[in-house]
Amino acid sequence: MNLDSKIPVGALGDKWTDYKATMSLVAPNNKRRLDVIVIGTGLAGASAAATMGELGYNVKTFTFHDSPRRAHSIAAQGGINAAKNYQNDGDSVYRLFYDTIKGGDYRSRESNVHRLAEVSTDIIDQCVAQGVPFAREYGGLLENRSFGGVQVSRTFYARGQTGQQLLIGAYSALSRQISTGKVKMYNRHEMMDLVMVDGKARGIIARNLLTGELERHSAHCVVLATGGYGNVFYLSTNAMGSNVTAAWRAVKKGALMANPCFTQIHPTCIPVSGDYQSKLTLMSESLRNDGRVWVPKKKEDAAAIREGKKTALDIAEEGRDYYLERRYPAFGNLVPRDVASRAAKVACDEGNGVAPTGLAVYLDFESAIQRYGKSAAHSQGLDESDQVLVKKLGKEVIAEKYGNLFQMYEKISGENPYKFPMKIYPAVHYTMGGLWVDYNLQTNVEGLFALGECNFSDHGANRLGASALMQGLADGYFVIPYTIGTFLSKEIRTPQIANDTPEFMKAEKETADRINTLANSNGSQSVESFHRRLGKIMWEYCGMSRNADGLIKGRQMIRELREEFYKDVYVPGDADEYNPELEKALRVADFMEHGELMILDALDREESCGGHFREEYVTEDGEAKRNDADFTYVSAWEWDDNDPKLHKEELVFDNVELKTRSYK
Amino acid sequence: MKLTLKVWRQKNSKAKGALESYQVEASEHMSFLEMMDVLNEQLIVEKKSPITFDHDCREGICGSCSMTINGSPHGPQTGTTTCQLHMRKFKDGDTIVVEPWRSGAFPVVRDLTVDRSAFDRVIQSGGFISVNTGQAPDGNAIPIEKDLASNAFDAAACIGCGACVAACPNGSAMLFTAAKVSHLNQLPQGEVEKTKRTASMVAQMDKEGFGMCSNVGACEAECPKEISIEHIARMNRDYVASIFGGK
Repeated sequence: MNLDSKIPVGALGDKWTDYKATMSLVAPNNKRRLDVIVIGTGLAGASAAATMGELGYNVKTFTFHDSPRRAHSIAAQGGINAAKNYQNDGDSVYRLFYDTIKGGDYRSRESNVHRLAEVSTDIIDQCVAQGVPFAREYGGLLENRSFGGVQVSRTFYARGQTGQQLLIGAYSALSRQISTGKVKMYNRHEMMDLVMVDGKARGIIARNLLTGELERHSAHCVVLATGGYGNVFYLSTNAMGSNVTAAWRAVKKGALMANPCFTQIHPTCIPVSGDYQSKLTLMSESLRNDGRVWVPKKKEDAAAIREGKKTALDIAEEGRDYYLERRYPAFGNLVPRDVASRAAKVACDEGNGVAPTGLAVYLDFESAIQRYGKSAAHSQGLDESDQVLVKKLGKEVIAEKYGNLFQMYEKISGENPYKFPMKIYPAVHYTMGGLWVDYNLQTNVEGLFALGECNFSDHGANRLGASALMQGLADGYFVIPYTIGTFLSKEIRTPQIANDTPEFMKAEKETADRINTLANSNGSQSVESFHRRLGKIMWEYCGMSRNADGLIKGRQMIRELREEFYKDVYVPGDADEYNPELEKALRVADFMEHGELMILDALDREESCGGHFREEYVTEDGEAKRNDADFTYVSAWEWDDNDPKLHKEELVFDNVELKTRSYK
Repeated sequence: MKLTLKVWRQKNSKAKGALESYQVEASEHMSFLEMMDVLNEQLIVEKKSPITFDHDCREGICGSCSMTINGSPHGPQTGTTTCQLHMRKFKDGDTIVVEPWRSGAFPVVRDLTVDRSAFDRVIQSGGFISVNTGQAPDGNAIPIEKDLASNAFDAAACIGCGACVAACPNGSAMLFTAAKVSHLNQLPQGEVEKTKRTASMVAQMDKEGFGMCSNVGACEAECPKEISIEHIARMNRDYVASIFGGK
């Protein structure tokens, strides 16, 4: 298979501008005759559907939620990056591009990432115009803060609810198009299969989740914006409904899955507390602006804390190991996520963890409270040596910056984070891998596009904080509305696609069979219990660190689990009714196959890079050891039940020199 | 802790529903929904039909979860969604009554799941600023006073869960509608369409069958995002202006 990335010629900084100026366009009178299906209404899907509706295409949009406003983009807390350089701290499009390439450990495409950095500034303008209430300075201008892996402040934010506000912006733009009739919205509909006609993606089979009815929807092309597959690990910060099914169904129809082993483990999540949990909660990376990460230096102290005999407050300053500041003085607590997560794992593996499970480290705000408190006392002309006053003022500043996060932490953990440092531990958060796409965001299947977390394109082996929102909106508002024309301009003579052709009928029949198999399964174990076991296998053998023996074992275990699943799963209720357990069963079935592919990919990649850490490939001081000579490629997998096939897209770096990523 | 749950079971929107009792063993560290998961897992093992309820992010932000717990939307803790409510707020031996949102405009789909699509239609009637992608000026072109931006944010924090409607004896959606009107009308970007937006959203709200506001204030008390009824006052002012043509 020839993987043509279709990267335009020309200098890096001119590619996108020149490409846009010369690409084929679809005239307004023809746009009215072309139908586009968009799956998913998160940042990427909602912004794409709204913008294509504005342009005049007929858009049909699908979500499994009861409303498009519920997509998981809504839960993003920290912020969105943009190369505005409003802070005059030396930021630029090139620097954002460079940080993203380096942060991704040199496993992403230069051209795509540069385009992302270019359009980042337009996103902020667009969102402000929609009424997104970003944080502002007293002068009324936009405020910024800093995120991990960078040395400038380029992150725009709306308290700790940036994702919510951006999604509400995209949802309002989408709602406007729904009201004009240019977008037809299907709530509580899940994509069950992709329909191909003459080698092109021409529609989907959707299940009306309220009635169980299958529906055939046709269009000239299909756009997937269905998010990531982090829930393959069962426990993750993803929403309960987030799943791989739409993307996986595309893979089953020939689309390639790229870099599936690149998963992001976020360093600051609330630790696991019991086995009834099905979901973990993130504490925004923005907290690392002011929080200092530490564990006790002495193992006895850590043990005493675990047993409840001591608290963090009993450990004196000299008894604390601020290990990120010690190991990475240049970036300190703001090292990228993969580095921070592994360092936490090392600290806990060595026996210095602090929760009863031994799997937690501290995130401490005392220094920041002191610093802000003194500064506030000074500016108000008060006594800076008054400890009580300084603490009070400092806490007020912290509350203004992170109030809702502190509140959420207290609700979940039952502990007051203004008094005791937070306990945190890494958890699965984001998946850099996804459907393989070219520069146009088109998969190898003609007429099938993938946007946002659903594709693999921009974050390489590790995503920087506040870049997911940026990519979702870049793809939806500013890339796909143009690049979809490269395909649709060739389709202006294609009449409306019929939805009763043999291809559609066959896909519908296959879907019905697949659903009935699971709906009629009368085994003895719940879907949830299988999902939990799958997650344990993935976390154990394909989680924060991996090795060849474990991966081989993990693959075997997943295959056995899959067999057991089809033999012994129990799905209550019927196929022709509202049946959340059946929905879950269908999703878990797809996760099992996808999980196996992740393991195969992790096994193939005999190097450590970004979120993929192979224990066999480390430097002397325990850092990840990348292998550029042999692995500077995107792995794109073609699914086969027994023997998935690997295709490679070599990555070419014309502008950036490949270096060992150092944050020391 | 041992609990008795009385849960509303209703097969579909046309069926007649009733409360059914269940015994469940929970830990105080569980969230309310995790406790419901445990109960459902128990029901599945017994090959009984699990209880359906909307839920997704479980971080208090997506607005999916929607249970009336002991008569209060989202339960006893103020400023908290059901998913963020933890069992430490209850006592061993408690009996807890769990019902869906009760409002004519939110028909029950099944058990605790209701249809809130009326909210989407209210937003579609004007809850936006008409700006196409690509038309925006520079983000810093319009300075916005910090307090004003913060005020707009307080309104924009609405998660569209519907607790306000469920709490209101009239089933009014004034707080939901006002939150969006107030968010957009306050900002200079939203000023242009202020009159049309207000009139149109209020009309849609009435059309959906939501009740009138009689200043009870239950919406504010139960709102998990603690959105103030001051926004209703702002909407009323803009609504009057939209009728009489004032500013």
